[in-house]
Amino acid sequence: MSNYIINHLRELESEAIFVIREIAAQFENPVLLFSGGKDSILLTHLAKKAFFPAKIPFPLIHIDTGHNFPETIAFRDALVEKLGVTLIVGSVQEAIDKGRAKEETGADASRNSLQIVSLLDTLEAHKVDAAMGGARRDEEKARAKERFFSHRDEFGQWDPKNQRPELWNLFNGRKNYGEHFRVFPISNWTEMDVWEYIKLENIDLPSLYFSHQRDCVVRDGVILANSEFIKLKEGEEVVNMTIRYRTCGDMPITGAVASTADDLDKIIEEIATTRTTERGGRADDKRAETAMEDRKKQGYF
Amino acid sequence: MDYQDIELLRFTTAGSVDDGKSTLIGRLLYDSKSIFQDQLDAVEASSKSKGFDYVDLSLLTDGLKSEREQGITIDVAYRYFATPKRKFIIADTPGHIQYTRNMVTGASTANLAIILVDARKGMLEQTHRHAFIASLLRIPHAIVCVNKMDLVDYSEEVYTKIVADFKAFSSKLDIKDIQFIPISALNGDNVVNRSEHMDWYDGSTLMYHLETVHISSDHNLVDCRFPIQSVIRPHTIEHQDYRGFAGRIDGGVFKPGDKVKSLPSGFVTTIKTIELNGEQIAEAFAPMSVTMTLEDEIDNSRGDMIVRENNVPEVSQDIEVLVSWMSSTPIHARTKVVIKHTTNETVGMVKELKYKIDINTLHRIEGIDKVEMNDIARLSIRTAKPLFFDAYKKNRQTGSIIIIDEQTNETIGAGMIV
Repeated sequence: MSNYIINHLRELESEAIFVIREIAAQFENPVLLFSGGKDSILLTHLAKKAFFPAKIPFPLIHIDTGHNFPETIAFRDALVEKLGVTLIVGSVQEAIDKGRAKEETGADASRNSLQIVSLLDTLEAHKVDAAMGGARRDEEKARAKERFFSHRDEFGQWDPKNQRPELWNLFNGRKNYGEHFRVFPISNWTEMDVWEYIKLENIDLPSLYFSHQRDCVVRDGVILANSEFIKLKEGEEVVNMTIRYRTCGDMPITGAVASTADDLDKIIEEIATTRTTERGGRADDKRAETAMEDRKKQGYF
Repeated sequence: MDYQDIELLRFTTAGSVDDGKSTLIGRLLYDSKSIFQDQLDAVEASSKSKGFDYVDLSLLTDGLKSEREQGITIDVAYRYFATPKRKFIIADTPGHIQYTRNMVTGASTANLAIILVDARKGMLEQTHRHAFIASLLRIPHAIVCVNKMDLVDYSEEVYTKIVADFKAFSSKLDIKDIQFIPISALNGDNVVNRSEHMDWYDGSTLMYHLETVHISSDHNLVDCRFPIQSVIRPHTIEHQDYRGFAGRIDGGVFKPGDKVKSLPSGFVTTIKTIELNGEQIAEAFAPMSVTMTLEDEIDNSRGDMIVRENNVPEVSQDIEVLVSWMSSTPIHARTKVVIKHTTNETVGMVKELKYKIDINTLHRIEGIDKVEMNDIARLSIRTAKPLFFDAYKKNRQTGSIIIIDEQTNETIGAGMIV
């Protein structure tokens, strides 16, 4: 400390805490979008640090597709209990039942796009004016140009060609009635930063991220967990494999990696030598080259 | 890898497509093994389908659909890579004059600027522009990469002339640390690995310089500035009387026991604790986010600033700024605007438009009646309440403002306090 340098993890932490505190100060009804994935768990940890010894001054919102890993839901409930924060659950099943969203059909059907409806409905119902998420710029090329404070119009849409310039650490959260913001405090973190910080701070994660045995189906080169949400195609079979997850989305679309990394050190080592991006296993990004940009424009996370 | 000791370096690259900027970034990412196989596969497939003979690495950085269609970079894209010595964040910005605002945005948070010069073309108008913006935004370090050396037979003479031309121009600017490196981004000469074609060059490679440039004194460690972001009051039985002031340190070094002054009230008190998440911090300095508690109960709130008793910033309702105009709507004298400065927000009025700067020649253009998109101009502004500020030269955080349109809420200008 004597030479007044902070390492990169502490600098990223400081930046994220600054942004989280700005959200709490600039908006009336902010929320944290909690997916149960490691990035939103990290974000929740940073929010706790930002306001300690006070509790996190905003609720967590979880959009439940009904296709979640059971481990994710159990972890979510335990975390909410421990932190004493409010949890709001938006249900995709409910949106389908009400006719607000239509289930996709076919073997590759996913509820990923359907989340947009539930998310926008939930944000509107709770008059949310800022929804913070754990998205990072290194994840995907459309996200490389996303701002920390990302303005959404009254329809929840993102206009990538007309973004507000963002200078120094001066964040402009001013908006007109009915508009809202998506805010991404860990924009500048990479996958490696996230894992190193999780280790540094000893943050608990769902067991899915560590190597375990699971019944899987290999589809188009992607390892998917076998579950009631998967319809086997001809020629596909269920195989028991040693795997772990690098990201956690819905069960039917999140690809696992064959891995024996069962602790943080081994995971960090594995990531340092891996040659594919973490979203490489996400079937939702493979639909088109601009799949992420297209979903984001409509109001996706 | 001992990640605990790794520093973060933020740098900006300005240049047009022809400068080989994307190739250089691609080279840095590729040679530091920061490009993943699936990204490379996707770029290879795209290049092939467009009928290119070679892999177009610019497809890695040009992220948005419209950019890929037009083949130009229209916004700031952020890229990340790491070596065992440092983590890097690249703010990749387009270099044409109509994107001055994007260059300014990318430069605002950078420790270092890479300025690309095409060895065949030498100093161009846009080289002047890139150097001027680096100087205006006070990026502490600049590296001038004379690129495409392979196309001038790795000639020392060509390189020496460009260096001399650049120095002649930059003597009018204010950049503390400028380095020159002859490179070929396409072939990798002096980027990560030393060139075998330029024995006459005995300086370091670009990567070595990025890994070792001294950045710890880029922050102001002298003038203590702590703008309050919010007040933490837990309202729990355990912490009934707790009042913590949350914020990020913008300058100086704070320690528990220090005598401090609160602005605007002027009350003097002592720092009781500096903490984060309940852990005590012995010394806090920029850019740390902390929570501070004080010995006396002082009614501080967001926008107030904690400073040292004998070292206070300027306190005034009148500020002089150099602005980079970012909106397609021009600004005139007597326009009412919203100003954001540190954690403070106030309304203000543009009193006078003093002059514009021709960013290619650095000449002043006096007698102007409006400031338009991508202009750099000097204005005076009167604010509705006093701001606590330093000259941008002294502190990039307490010396900067953004200007917001009162009606549309868009960010329309970026200002550096003179």
